[in-house]
Amino acid sequence: MVDAALQSPSIAGSGRRRFALRAAMRRKSTIAFLMTLPLILLIALLVLYPAIYSIRLATLNKSMERFVGFGNFLFLFKRETFWMVVQQSCIFAITAVIFKALIGFVVAHFVHNIPARGQRKWRGMLLVPWVIPPAMSCLAWLWLFDPSYSAFNWILDLFNIGPVPWTGEAYWARFSVILVNIWIGAPFFMIMYLAALKSVPEQLYEAAEIDGANWWQRLWYVTLPMMRNIMAITALFSLIVTFANFDIVRILTAGGPIDKTHVFATWAFRVGIEGGDIPLGASVSLFMVPILTVAAIFILRDINRRASEMS
Amino acid sequence: MPKRKLSRRRFLVTVAASTLAMPHVRGAFAAGRLTMGFWDHWVPGANSATTALVNEWAEKEKVEVSIDYIPSQGNKLLITITAEAQAGSGHDILAFPSWQPADHANRLEPMDDVMAQLIKENGAVNPTVEYLAKPTGKWLAVPATVGSQIKGPCSRIDLMKQHAGIDVQALYPAGAPPEADSWTLDALLKAAEACHKAGFAFGIGLGSTADSVDTAGAIFQSFGAALVDAKGDITVKTDPVRQALEYYVRLARFFPPDAPAWDDSSNNKWLVSGRGALIMNPPSAWAVAKRDAPQVAERCWTHGMPAGPKGRYAPFVPYFWGTWNFSKNKPAAKSLLVHLSQRSSAEKMVAASGGYDLPSFAKFTDFTTWAEEGPPKGTLYHYPNPYQHQILSMAASPAPPKIAVQIYVQGIMTKMTVRHMQGEPMEKTLAWAESEIEGFMRT
Repeated sequence: MVDAALQSPSIAGSGRRRFALRAAMRRKSTIAFLMTLPLILLIALLVLYPAIYSIRLATLNKSMERFVGFGNFLFLFKRETFWMVVQQSCIFAITAVIFKALIGFVVAHFVHNIPARGQRKWRGMLLVPWVIPPAMSCLAWLWLFDPSYSAFNWILDLFNIGPVPWTGEAYWARFSVILVNIWIGAPFFMIMYLAALKSVPEQLYEAAEIDGANWWQRLWYVTLPMMRNIMAITALFSLIVTFANFDIVRILTAGGPIDKTHVFATWAFRVGIEGGDIPLGASVSLFMVPILTVAAIFILRDINRRASEMS
Repeated sequence: MPKRKLSRRRFLVTVAASTLAMPHVRGAFAAGRLTMGFWDHWVPGANSATTALVNEWAEKEKVEVSIDYIPSQGNKLLITITAEAQAGSGHDILAFPSWQPADHANRLEPMDDVMAQLIKENGAVNPTVEYLAKPTGKWLAVPATVGSQIKGPCSRIDLMKQHAGIDVQALYPAGAPPEADSWTLDALLKAAEACHKAGFAFGIGLGSTADSVDTAGAIFQSFGAALVDAKGDITVKTDPVRQALEYYVRLARFFPPDAPAWDDSSNNKWLVSGRGALIMNPPSAWAVAKRDAPQVAERCWTHGMPAGPKGRYAPFVPYFWGTWNFSKNKPAAKSLLVHLSQRSSAEKMVAASGGYDLPSFAKFTDFTTWAEEGPPKGTLYHYPNPYQHQILSMAASPAPPKIAVQIYVQGIMTKMTVRHMQGEPMEKTLAWAESEIEGFMRT
């Protein structure tokens, strides 16, 4: 009796704990957390750890023996070439994203207007540039732009035009790398915009038509407002990916001629891995973070504002 | 007689004593395990010679070996070296491209003992090898036969004779010393102009990849022009640099117009396609031509560099084999490196690479492969610099390697050439180069 009296609080305690655990396991949020836990761990391992490690590297001196704080960044700010890379990265990313968005928007409308039966075929074909591994498609582009044996120049030569120095002259080289980026990235915009177009309720267009809206007004007052959030998110996502681009520039021009096509990632590789100055390379690549953070804050704030207006 | 009880202490002492007293038993891999990462050769089948040599040594020394062949395409080898250095773990022996030993000086096992033995047996190594692998007074790595190369001219015999009036076979006869006194930078310039006019421009790049930079480096050195001296002082705004730049811009006007966009494959393609009269490359381009365009290959002749006012400099790009100081089997690694650096081993590697690979030791320039390879027979005879009439050098030397590597990978000399060629005034180009190099002085 005494024993039973003594045991009862602990039994009650473990019973409560079991009940609490069972209740927690029944909660959707707990299950969701547990199901995403492997992914969280994977991201922590493959993204968080390298990110923290690169921050640590960026605070070391060239021989990685001494802590220099922001010394590497201050050093970069004094380098003319670094500012050229900043400028080029901005030109590269912003121009490419604008054109990808425009082309994606136009093509999405074309595809949307194709009868449902044939649409699948077109969607599949238009996604090809985005689906092919960029390293492979870039090699094909390299052949098309090859300094001495360009297939484009061969065609232009038939019309007595050229040769065009696709990768040999600074402005043409910039044009070429941006063109390839647009070619690879536009299908992503197209598919996102197409999904957004399909989610616009048909009744809105019908109502607009009854109100006498023409094609342009339907686009401006119905389609665009309904697509704005998707457009903003797609642009943000693409901006991040384009800013961090490496393969296209590396394969097509390796940053040349005379550094005129370098972007952050290729410059970081050149300085860090090829030049043996890993801390400086890490600093160059980390310089993207504040730029992209500012862009992300503006775009996401805009999306949140619109979401709260709608609710 | 009282029975002695076997205590735990007595048991341990007995076991230890009997183990020590045991005769040495050699198992299949009694001397442990050795891992190595070698450069993956361009030449098909060239890796097999290295594999055979390693296996031969492993069999004799009872070591379990594991070889990875790491390509340099996509900087895979460079990335592997960086990753292993960062991780403090990796292969016991690793191939290091030219600048890497100096870059990882504090992580490499000193090779003074190995090099002392090899130099005694095989003859001296050229000063460039010493400059790259002994920057702190101790040997950091052993010069590798595999991958080491001289990037001298490979000329089209017929085109040079026809358009420039130069008989390269007479300048560099097979089996005999060079008679190349007339082969100077002025002669090169005249030949470049003549061949350009005839539609067979010299295929020399002005990009920032190794082939372009190596040629520019040798031309600059032929004028005594160094961007940074051995003490680490910037010497960009000096007369030799001005003279070298002026000369190279004059020469570069006869290169293909897209030369600033060239990479290391462009000059190979230029020669193989039959469009050029001369390129600066090891015999790999000729080897590709032998396979893909035999009618071009049989008209190619590999020979020495033209002489400049300060000497006849040839771009020499050695590879090294090194061992990390965290390696688990350093004695075995050193033993293997000695084996791979024997004359018989080097000879097998050179033969397997069709003459491409180049040992760095003075006594190793007379292998039959270079004399016999063809067509045309003797085309590679002068490739290993058998009469040492060229000074083998590395672009950006004599700057301290940690500064020189930045000048090299950033292609400062070729960029200077392109900038000045595109109309930038000389002093502005020099100021730009000086400012860039100031940025390489970080420690």
